[in-house]
Amino acid sequence: MAELVELAEGIAELVRDGDTVAMEGFTHLIPVRAAQEVIRARRRDLTLVRMTPDIVYDQLIGAGCARRLVFAWGGNPGVGSLHRLRDAVENGWPAPLELEEHSHAGMANRYVAGASGLPFAVLRGYLGTDLAKHTDTIKTITCPFTGEELAAVPAINPDVTVVHAQRADRQGNVQLWGLVGVQKEAVLAARRSLVTVEEVVESLDPVPDAVVLPSWVVTAVAVAPGGARPSYAQGYYERDNDAYRAWDAVSRDRDQFLAWLEESVYSAASA
Amino acid sequence: MSDYTAEEMMSVEAARALAGRRSCFVGIGLPSTAANLARRVHAPELVLIYESGAIGAKPTRLPLSIGDGELALTADAVVSVPEVFNYWLQPGRIDVGFLSAAQLDRHGNLNTTIVGGDYAHPRVRLPGSGGAPEIAASCREVFIMVRHGLRTFVERVDFVTSVGYGDGYDSREKLGLRGRGPVRVVTDIAVLEPDPVSRELVLTRVHPGVEVADVKAATGWDLKVADEVAVTEPPTDEELAVLRRLVEAS
Repeated sequence: MAELVELAEGIAELVRDGDTVAMEGFTHLIPVRAAQEVIRARRRDLTLVRMTPDIVYDQLIGAGCARRLVFAWGGNPGVGSLHRLRDAVENGWPAPLELEEHSHAGMANRYVAGASGLPFAVLRGYLGTDLAKHTDTIKTITCPFTGEELAAVPAINPDVTVVHAQRADRQGNVQLWGLVGVQKEAVLAARRSLVTVEEVVESLDPVPDAVVLPSWVVTAVAVAPGGARPSYAQGYYERDNDAYRAWDAVSRDRDQFLAWLEESVYSAASA
Repeated sequence: MSDYTAEEMMSVEAARALAGRRSCFVGIGLPSTAANLARRVHAPELVLIYESGAIGAKPTRLPLSIGDGELALTADAVVSVPEVFNYWLQPGRIDVGFLSAAQLDRHGNLNTTIVGGDYAHPRVRLPGSGGAPEIAASCREVFIMVRHGLRTFVERVDFVTSVGYGDGYDSREKLGLRGRGPVRVVTDIAVLEPDPVSRELVLTRVHPGVEVADVKAATGWDLKVADEVAVTEPPTDEELAVLRRLVEAS
């Protein structure tokens, strides 16, 4: 059964130095508060896994928490570059960052394999691309029935997956809806999981197309209202597009970023 | 006829290309503008599919990201990300994949990964592939929308993120890609289409006021020119009005 915890306590307990950590949420429900708690806990040498690193991983990378990034699309959606990610790759600042680069289809299938207890997934993908030349975790396999050659990618089984959801009940059952991305797969693929929620409610009334993560597949639930900002939580608040635009200037310059980090993360009260 | 910008001409011409198509897998940025214009003017029944899992999205304004809330709220169906790639894209259900890129070559191969240096030490690290490699592979047809210029239209892309026609001729089929590949490249000055045999992009149309020489000068390889180069119809008042409302509302 999922335990209801304080966010700082949950992060301290579940996210450890050197872990492979997946923080998912495809544009929607990105666990930004939880990630900033990881920065505050000064975790190091993490392998960060995420389909779209987004500003959430830009912050973790700039803060020096990451050793390796497993991803498919590392931009600031609709705005441009992730400058901390670029600085790490292009200049090794604040530390060199190893890349393991896939496509969205490949990443999604890696999580599916992880959630399914399979060693790898099969897809039609990567044909003719240079990705297959540079990424060791892209191989081919011959279909035993048709002889067709297909792409094979290994399962992702994170040490810990962190996601944000709209709500949970007191038993720790979690409910999320809207664009549900790859969160169910990422949680089921992980050894441990932490879910931050907007609120804890007495009972989870049904919502169309909702995903429910039963309490017994979740390790811990922490209440973090607004925990997905500046991304959004459908039914609670909208995506703060201006904040995404503003991040471009903050992240472009190392000193500005470090000032932001000091003021908004290290000096800010723990969640 | 009102004045219009090259950028507006590009969006309008790209939107027109979607007339008669049923479904479109929409990349963010330029393609999203064109696809949303098309749904309002040229292809009212067009099903817009965003990789965030929104199928049949009908946004009232242009989304900034592929996962803005309005996409889900207006969609016919909202599915998970594994589902959108595995059940909807991979089997070849979607008519048009609409992509942009930082670089493309004469065979419509696209780069959104790195520019300059090598993969381990790039001069510029771009966002990467996202959904593009499989969109380019599996949609029945691909439309490409990019601004014309020597930095974009290059002899060789620095990285093949998404395959167009590979080395040309039948190289796409030999690679085993199932969709037809890029059938049209719409830019702010021209339209290019692949030669049916060599699959090399050929200049088939210039936008009003643009000379063939302008397009050749903005292309980083010796661009082939069709025997007859047509001139694009300028945007109609309706097309411009709808496009401007869309852009202003976002």
